[in-house]
Amino acid sequence: MNFSLTDEQVMIRDSAQAFLAETCSSEAIRAAMDSPQAYDPAVWQSIAQELGWCGLAVAEDRGGLGLGPVELMLVQEQAGYRLLCAPFFSTACLATTLLNEAADDLAQAAFLPAVAAGESLLSAPLPSELAAWTLPQLRASAHSDGWSLQGRVRRVPDAMSAEHVLVTAMVGDELALFSLEVQQPGVSMQPLPGWDASRRFTDLDLQDVKARRCDAEHLRDGLRRAAVLLRLYLAAEQLGAAQRCLDLTLAYVQERKQFGRIVGSFQAVKHRCAQMMVACENTRSAVYGAAALAAGAAELAALEMEISAARALATETLQFCSAEAIQLHGGVGFTWEYDPQLYFKRARASAHWLGDPDALHEQIAAQLLD
Amino acid sequence: MNLNPSPADEEFRAEIAAWMRQHLSGRFAVLRHRGGPGDEDTYPELRRAWEQELAAGGWTCVGWPQEYGGRGLSIEQQVIFHEEYARAGGPGHLGHIGEGLLGPTLMAYGSEDQKQRFLPGILQGKVFWAQGYSEPAAGSDLANVQTKCWQESDGSWRVKGQKVWTSLAHEADWIFVIARSDPASKGRHGLSFLLLPLDQPGIEIRPIRQLSGSCEFNEVFFDAAVAQAADVVGAPGEGWKVAMGLLAVERGVSTLGQQMHFAHELELVIKAAKANGRARDPLIRNRIARAWGGLRVLRYNALRMLSGDGQGMSLGREALSYKYVWSNWHRDLGELAMDVLGPEGDAPAEDFDVLRLQQVFFFSRADTIYGGTNEIQLNQIAERGLGLPREARG
Repeated sequence: MNFSLTDEQVMIRDSAQAFLAETCSSEAIRAAMDSPQAYDPAVWQSIAQELGWCGLAVAEDRGGLGLGPVELMLVQEQAGYRLLCAPFFSTACLATTLLNEAADDLAQAAFLPAVAAGESLLSAPLPSELAAWTLPQLRASAHSDGWSLQGRVRRVPDAMSAEHVLVTAMVGDELALFSLEVQQPGVSMQPLPGWDASRRFTDLDLQDVKARRCDAEHLRDGLRRAAVLLRLYLAAEQLGAAQRCLDLTLAYVQERKQFGRIVGSFQAVKHRCAQMMVACENTRSAVYGAAALAAGAAELAALEMEISAARALATETLQFCSAEAIQLHGGVGFTWEYDPQLYFKRARASAHWLGDPDALHEQIAAQLLD
Repeated sequence: MNLNPSPADEEFRAEIAAWMRQHLSGRFAVLRHRGGPGDEDTYPELRRAWEQELAAGGWTCVGWPQEYGGRGLSIEQQVIFHEEYARAGGPGHLGHIGEGLLGPTLMAYGSEDQKQRFLPGILQGKVFWAQGYSEPAAGSDLANVQTKCWQESDGSWRVKGQKVWTSLAHEADWIFVIARSDPASKGRHGLSFLLLPLDQPGIEIRPIRQLSGSCEFNEVFFDAAVAQAADVVGAPGEGWKVAMGLLAVERGVSTLGQQMHFAHELELVIKAAKANGRARDPLIRNRIARAWGGLRVLRYNALRMLSGDGQGMSLGREALSYKYVWSNWHRDLGELAMDVLGPEGDAPAEDFDVLRLQQVFFFSRADTIYGGTNEIQLNQIAERGLGLPREARG
């Protein structure tokens, strides 16, 4: 039993930290948020092709690094810390996890090598329901030359830059997984406005759109495991963002003076900062512990409970820390110019992805009580 | 990060579980899950006998080095021992102050003679210790010790003053105290660390009845009580260093055992909620799920603390917040338990499973006070963890 990171994991984390500190300043992410594709292509190119983050969770025989949940969690924590604006989550976490857990060999072989090489952008819907992709809005019908999809795909992050999107659809009363090319007749994009501009969502209207069916044999289990892992990656991102709220706040309260002393010397302020630290460290323990469990041979139901607890905690910690950051910055915390608002908006937006804390807690309660 | 146990760990776990099954039975069976915080004054005689049963099996002082008669277990194995001890319902450990605090203190600071005279009694589960640090005017401000000590011409020491919140003094044989040997000194300076037998004319022990009705804490009055010349640990005047040196070590390992007790208490809450139908109430369900998640956090906080190489984790920040987190979690659990019990919580229950929850509710009010109040914990987190300015000290 060992809770320490390996040298390789430390290296991955440290290089992510250093790279993002350099490339994701407040000015840089604000510029990215205002740009049409919502990210800086130069930053993305470094991530995808030099740092190799997209291959972290791709198997070695598919051209990836064959690493797993711990490594992806560590990068996600750093990405959250800087509110990285890039299609990293949609491609390397969301779509890659769905491919790994729920797609057949053919689809894995078709997509993962290009993902790992940083040459392909993918995405998938990020629903708010706990049941995630098992409640599809799409219907699939078979044609002589394949499948076609009909209906609306809701809330796909970075869909505007993705080449392919993975979706679930009903075939009769059977659930199935499909991949579809985004640039084709019958796909109409509806970009969704959002208070949180750091992750851009789009709805896709599909009218007889050609798609490839690609579900693995145990699709429902695979989708469930994918949802569990993605909650972990989202929790890691929230952990990083919460830590950033604490660090921004600490820097501010150690500089701002009132009554002739720095405001960070007042016990009322110290205690609130201490509580932010407690929340962050608790969340770090929960997220790292859950990642270690996910990397081992944990049974799915146990892992699901564990990660749901970590994710609910991370959601609440980020909401708490981003709200405290505003309060402890005083007046400037309420401005557009200072960064706490960016984290406050991410906290709100990310609270419900793949299940809000109430739903997650009910899922745990059902295991304990029913 | 690898949380999978090794085959050797699994084997060791099975060995302890088997030993506990075999020995915590017969006359000792009534001790299962007894004697924990809030319940420490139950079955004192039988629990003394249990300590000797443990000692006979070689299960006292498992973390002590072999040269001092311990098992010299690794941190991982100590964790496993404490977990299995608690999982089996092992009773509150009367010898924990000697084993966890005084023993390691003597190993680090004691003379050869002190080690030879005092360590075997702790190891054999025969000599029990109390800790005399807090005083009426030295609570959160622990260094504000007023109890005095001085040396007589024959070399022996006299102690005069009052200690308070002394756990289990009425069951203990000896006490270690910090007292002011330099009358002109203040704060951490000029203190000495002395060992005194409790059964002597200069010492009076008065139990303090707690809000829960039980008496685990005491006031201890010293009126020229005698400590032998050979029973000062470390140099006179350096008692603070001796007293504080090993507090951090003590905190780590047994905490995972404590969490097994917490897990058992949460199971009792779940059992009560299922029995009386509150398990269908959405708000209660939410709180039980949160309590479960909180317990996972406590476990990983402890594992991080014990990994302790700072690798990948932040500079021991979890160690600073550890006490604050578990004590508040436990207090919340007590409140949840009483909300689940409803009217059944109104009077002391006959069923110990229900009484236990009532004890958690009442006794956990102390959890956020002793060993550093919530407020002191937050100061320390802010100052040591975040580098914010220290509070003014008089």
